[in-house]
Amino acid sequence: MLALDIRNLNKSYPAFQLKDVTFQLEQGYIMGFIGANGAGKTTTIKSILNLLHIDSGEVHVLGKSMAEHELELKQEIGYAFGGVDFYTRSKLKTLTDAIRRFYKHWDEDAYRGYLRRFKLDENKKIAELSAGMKVKYSLALALSHGAKLLILDEPTSGLDPVSRDDLLDIFQSLVVDGEISILFSTHITSDLEKCADFITFIDNGRVIRSSEKNEFVETYRLLNGKESELNDVKDKLISYKINSFGFTGLIHAADFDPSSGIPSTVPNLEEIMIYFARKEHSHV
Amino acid sequence: MNVAISSASDKPIYQQLFEQISAQILKGELRSGYFLPPIRQAALELRISVITVKKAWEELERCGLIHTVTGKGCFVAEFTPEEMLRIRNDMILKQMAVDAAYYKSFGLTLEEVFELMRKIF
Repeated sequence: MLALDIRNLNKSYPAFQLKDVTFQLEQGYIMGFIGANGAGKTTTIKSILNLLHIDSGEVHVLGKSMAEHELELKQEIGYAFGGVDFYTRSKLKTLTDAIRRFYKHWDEDAYRGYLRRFKLDENKKIAELSAGMKVKYSLALALSHGAKLLILDEPTSGLDPVSRDDLLDIFQSLVVDGEISILFSTHITSDLEKCADFITFIDNGRVIRSSEKNEFVETYRLLNGKESELNDVKDKLISYKINSFGFTGLIHAADFDPSSGIPSTVPNLEEIMIYFARKEHSHV
Repeated sequence: MNVAISSASDKPIYQQLFEQISAQILKGELRSGYFLPPIRQAALELRISVITVKKAWEELERCGLIHTVTGKGCFVAEFTPEEMLRIRNDMILKQMAVDAAYYKSFGLTLEEVFELMRKIF
């Protein structure tokens, strides 16, 4: 079953648009949603959750249309946008007490467990929490009502390496039964290299590619050639840099002829993002 | 079973998993009938994605090294000594093909490779 099925989302702003955003996440897996700042990650996530009005497109969650079953489906979705930054003068326990009432399946034990794991003190005020603690508090809320789909916008940003590692561990334990699915956006791609099963890459409002992670990186090659070889491949490169050792450039694996003798490697996620970003600059 | 994953290696992670487990099977360290951990459990413990483990297990099965019983999991297959030899040789040839390409890029002849190999073997 598909935990998340997004088809042809369109949303226009005066200076930016989401164009035919389409991707699917199978139940029980982790998908990393990557893209540069301003590429459309948060806009897409808000569209999924019906937090903004889309121009066209369809969102299905756990097999049901979000447009028709929004209230029911939101019981099944846990979401977090960075840290909690409202009612900052309230204590955590006051805010939690208000939020828990919205959920039929609020799991107090799970919530207590996350408070302990994240070392959160319920008697503190939101305003007294550090940026990382605010993120952890919002995650504790998102994880404590038995959600089947977690949609998290930049959950690891602002966290120190130990907390990030702990969080990735939590993500992997959550999907171990194959019931829960996780979509999380990030630009810290090292978080995804290991734990993500699928990658969706958005650039300038369009999904460049959404596929299994290995397949995703293997669609590209990073070339490392002599400057004299550049002209042979130049027009096929997504973008390139020249230095005193030659050039490095990103190319679609399908456009690359290995018999050309130009040394090539499979790029990592970060390299793919960087070369796509350079492409934009070179067109400006 | 003993597995060490390196994220700094050039080899894809599923490949590392496959190579390490198949070597242990072919050396007889993992006997036939040995149950591999469930895919999702292995992914959690190794801190790698579910699909990566799935791919490695599939590759092991394709090579005839493990069998899957629905609902029970994957276990090390049973083979005759001849089969074991054939699978081992296939794997070694694969690695040799990679190494041979490297030697060829320096223009070495087979005799030269032998001579150098003798020094370190």
